[in-house]
Amino acid sequence: MYHAIVFLPLLGAIVAGFGGRAIGAKASEYITSGFMVIAAILSWVAFLTVAMAHDDHSATVQVMRWIQVGSLDVNWAFRIDTLTAVMLVVVNTVSTLVHIYSIGYMHHDPHRPRFFAYLSLFTFAMLMLVTSDNLVQMFFGWEGVGLASYLLIGFWYKKPSANSAAMKAFIVNRVGDFGFALGIFGVFVLFGSVNFDTIFANAATYLPAEGAEASTDTVLTFLGYSLDKSHALTVVCLLLFMGAMGKSAQFLLHTWLPDAMEGPTPVSALIHAATMVTAGVFLVARMSPIFELSQTALTVVVIIGATTAFFAATVGLVQNDIKRVIAYSTCSQLGYMFVALGIGAYGAAVFHLFTHAFFKALLFLGAGSVIHAVSDEQDMRRMGGLRKLIPTTYWMMIIGTVALTGVGIPGTLIGTAGFFSKDAIIESAFVAQNSAAGYAFVMLVVAALFTSFYSWRLIFMTFHGKPRATADVMHHVHDSPPVMLVPLFILAVGAILAGVVFHGYFFGHHYDEFWKGALFTLPDNNIVDEFHNVPFLVKWSATIVMLLGLLGAWYMYIRSPQTPASLAAQHNGLYKFLLNKWYFDELYDFLFVRPAKRLGSFLWKRGDGWLIDGFGPNNIAARVSGLAQRAVKVQTGFLYHYAFAMLIGVAALVTWIMLGGIH
Amino acid sequence: MDGMPILSLVTFLPLVGVLVVLFINDETEAAKRNIRMVALLTTIFTFLVSLMIWVGFDNSNPGFQFVEEAEWLGGGLTYRMGVDGISMLFVILTTFLMPFCILAGWESVTKRLKAYMIAFLILETLMIGVFTALDIVLFYVFFEAGLIPMFIIIGVWGGARRVYASFKFFLYTLLGSVLMLIAIMAMYWEAGTTSIPALLEYDFSPEMQFWLWLAFFASFAVKMPMWPVHTWLPDAHVEAPTAGSVILAGVLLKLGGYGLIRFSLSMFPVASADLAWLVFALSCIAIIYTSLVAMMQEDMKKLIAYSSVAHMGFVTMGIFAANEQGLQGAIFQMLSHGLVSGALFICVGVVYDRMHTREIAAYGGLVHNMPKYALMFMLFTMANVGLPGTSGFVGEFLTLMGMFRANTWFAFFATSGVILSACYALWLYRRVIFGALEKESLKALLDLSGREKAMLYPLAALTVFFGVYPAPVFDVISASVDALVTNYEAANEAAKAAMDVALNAK
Repeated sequence: MYHAIVFLPLLGAIVAGFGGRAIGAKASEYITSGFMVIAAILSWVAFLTVAMAHDDHSATVQVMRWIQVGSLDVNWAFRIDTLTAVMLVVVNTVSTLVHIYSIGYMHHDPHRPRFFAYLSLFTFAMLMLVTSDNLVQMFFGWEGVGLASYLLIGFWYKKPSANSAAMKAFIVNRVGDFGFALGIFGVFVLFGSVNFDTIFANAATYLPAEGAEASTDTVLTFLGYSLDKSHALTVVCLLLFMGAMGKSAQFLLHTWLPDAMEGPTPVSALIHAATMVTAGVFLVARMSPIFELSQTALTVVVIIGATTAFFAATVGLVQNDIKRVIAYSTCSQLGYMFVALGIGAYGAAVFHLFTHAFFKALLFLGAGSVIHAVSDEQDMRRMGGLRKLIPTTYWMMIIGTVALTGVGIPGTLIGTAGFFSKDAIIESAFVAQNSAAGYAFVMLVVAALFTSFYSWRLIFMTFHGKPRATADVMHHVHDSPPVMLVPLFILAVGAILAGVVFHGYFFGHHYDEFWKGALFTLPDNNIVDEFHNVPFLVKWSATIVMLLGLLGAWYMYIRSPQTPASLAAQHNGLYKFLLNKWYFDELYDFLFVRPAKRLGSFLWKRGDGWLIDGFGPNNIAARVSGLAQRAVKVQTGFLYHYAFAMLIGVAALVTWIMLGGIH
Repeated sequence: MDGMPILSLVTFLPLVGVLVVLFINDETEAAKRNIRMVALLTTIFTFLVSLMIWVGFDNSNPGFQFVEEAEWLGGGLTYRMGVDGISMLFVILTTFLMPFCILAGWESVTKRLKAYMIAFLILETLMIGVFTALDIVLFYVFFEAGLIPMFIIIGVWGGARRVYASFKFFLYTLLGSVLMLIAIMAMYWEAGTTSIPALLEYDFSPEMQFWLWLAFFASFAVKMPMWPVHTWLPDAHVEAPTAGSVILAGVLLKLGGYGLIRFSLSMFPVASADLAWLVFALSCIAIIYTSLVAMMQEDMKKLIAYSSVAHMGFVTMGIFAANEQGLQGAIFQMLSHGLVSGALFICVGVVYDRMHTREIAAYGGLVHNMPKYALMFMLFTMANVGLPGTSGFVGEFLTLMGMFRANTWFAFFATSGVILSACYALWLYRRVIFGALEKESLKALLDLSGREKAMLYPLAALTVFFGVYPAPVFDVISASVDALVTNYEAANEAAKAAMDVALNAK
């Protein structure tokens, strides 16, 4: 069954990719989507048998040998446990819906077989990532999704901006992978293996028990520092986290994600919202047995996560491109997940990952439906007043928004998906022991306020007010065909119900029987039980700021639409700062891109050309020949010189040996 | 199959083709066709015969197999052939790549065709000889003589600046080979034998090892090439015809790596350990420096040539990390690079044959009318940046892991190569393949021809196959490498013990 789940998408990709021309676009669409439907159904079966059942059905499924060198032993294999099952459900469900949605969304595009092949290829790589039994296979999936993302962002290869965005995504991710690779090497040195079973088994007893004498033996020398066990563990965790930061677009390595919106919108929904960008969260959750041992690493995770949540939300406030608003929102929500990981609430992180997949995919696909309706316009300043014209899309977007902003009544079971998962993180941050938890709590509450504001701003700018598009565009506005709307309905169900149905399993009373040890927590980590016991005001904080954000957005975009412009004019510096995304692109261009190019040119012209060649061969050539004219003569003769020199040498050697040499 | 001198057979089979070609008059079109066919069939047949070596190879035996010995030149020297896990696959790589070389020059070479094919066939014999020779004099003859056909190939069928390029190549290699010759004489003087297996057993004194190591290193570093003696390579590649580039990148660069393993590391373990830092430093500089330089190139072939230097940096680093991961990774990286860089040069050749320019700026938007080409180029680009699932990843990952175990500083810098390689490779791809098809000259270009498919598809299949299932390769090399690592460690232990004794005695 697991073979089918993972390899059906690959098969679909191969058929559509190589046979697309022969079988035609329609057939490619149906075959890839059909395989995805099967894979998705099987994934839910797996979820029910592994995660929801009482007995432990976790298993390892061997596939094939891969790399056996010395003590390194890596196989292609699937690790099946609750965490895998959750990811299987998320990936395959969203992917299937996106496949089906794309049949409608892409139907004008001449390259549909290629598009569906890429989508299925992506799904395969993502499945390899989440089912991986070892770090190297995970790295395969990790880079594989990076490749698919690169191909899909650059899908419209005629657009220079799409090509740049694709390259940027791949290269920034490679910066993260640089850390990830070093982290894998570090794990191998520390644990003698890259297989999860061995790592986790050793990790449990890696550090001495409480009170016992800590060993100060050096186990790893990293960049000149001799590290004992606990420090080495911290370094390894931080290196792995660097990979997670790249893939999940965390602060400092986030610059690629907004640009990635150059790709077709279904791609943004699948890759850059629901699945690939959560790979970093998955990595840290998967490696919880070693992260849990290093408070320092966890603190860094909290700080980066909280900063990202805040930073991305501030930028989201002022963006005008509908997809970029949602992209920054994704970035911000990933920050929430990392905070949850860092404070030891792994269940809450994965729960938010799970619910976020539904409502963020819903928002993206809804945005796609809007863009589809208004003739590929993405700028919200040229939308407005679409509510009456595309009511179904409107209501789907509303559902997505209430789910994202976390509408619900604290203390009851009434609430959307985001209400359960996001509020759990905010409350956990309040009770957590981590030294950065206080900072995180403040940042997350502020970010929740901003989230509510920009989400409602998006709704109001797009659907309410007076139409700002040209009459021609408005004339053509139409709701999407059923093939695009049905996936929205399904996601909407998830966005509403995923929280209330599953919160007890992911991060509540059934925690232990649900996870069955797939997430590791130290015995003194009781955050699952404690986060309920927070002061009244904390419990209501997220809901209060959500209402404030809604109110603010309503005031500024419905009640008094001239306010935003005057505010922007008053605080021009701040506005520009936010609009230009804190000037990260400019900063990186100045710090890395241009110096690298200048250095490259310098090394080439001066290093190779002037220094090495100038003093090496060219200099000798000049000396040998003396005059430039004579150079030609010498140069054409050199071959014979060489052959001659070599022959003389060999002859001398042979003669010497034949004459008896020294013996 | 016992008793059949299969190594000699494989080594000298191409010369049979040379004999046949010699008898064909190359004046008519039909005759030229015949010459091409004879060359192609010879190389294919040689490849098929060489597969027998793999079939008969005993993976569990770390020593030399298929050993042949014969008196040579009146008994003073011995003709000695044999392969072990380290060298065997290089023989296969060579015989495998040769048919592609012949195909690469199928249409583009019209001038002095007969001489061209003869040069390639002789080159094949000499290259195989390097990997199969078990006598150091024999090795030297093959190693140095192999350069002569290469000079001729660049010098006669090369581009506009071919004379400068081959001259540069000559100057660098001459320096190295003179030093190596002296070192070989010194070794014979000391050990009294030229047999490689015997020399592998012989313990040279640490002091002697130091000088011998330097002399051999000078020669092999030029061949690899390592920074800073790499500048001949971009020029040689740019001027060489496509087939010349394929064989240069695919096999000739590996002679240096093979030499470093067989001689430097195996025969001079103590010096290798002492001087490893030098190799690591040069490798790291090579990886970062040449990647940056590659990024700024305007000529496609030069870009790939510089990227080859960077990739060879991983190899040298892995070799002197001297652990299983590093060494096996280095060997794998060499084999994989043989396939991938060969394929990349063929890719450049494909568009060069159509447009007669290698300038990157002359291209753009080729995906519109050459989708198959775009796919192939993408695959090899990804293999070049070491994407998991391609053979490029396995070698790069293992060498870096080996390096990390030996020294994290160097591993840190070397790993940054994965970022830089993505930069230059994707930028090249974007400029050549993506974008709108605006240039008039490009609009009529046709996608891959049957001959080009026959070259690129098998290489693509193998690149993916060995990326997903590299086990057949590791099965062959592991026993020999394990033995080598064991000997290396034992020798260094012994040297250390001897040193301690000497110190205590004082």
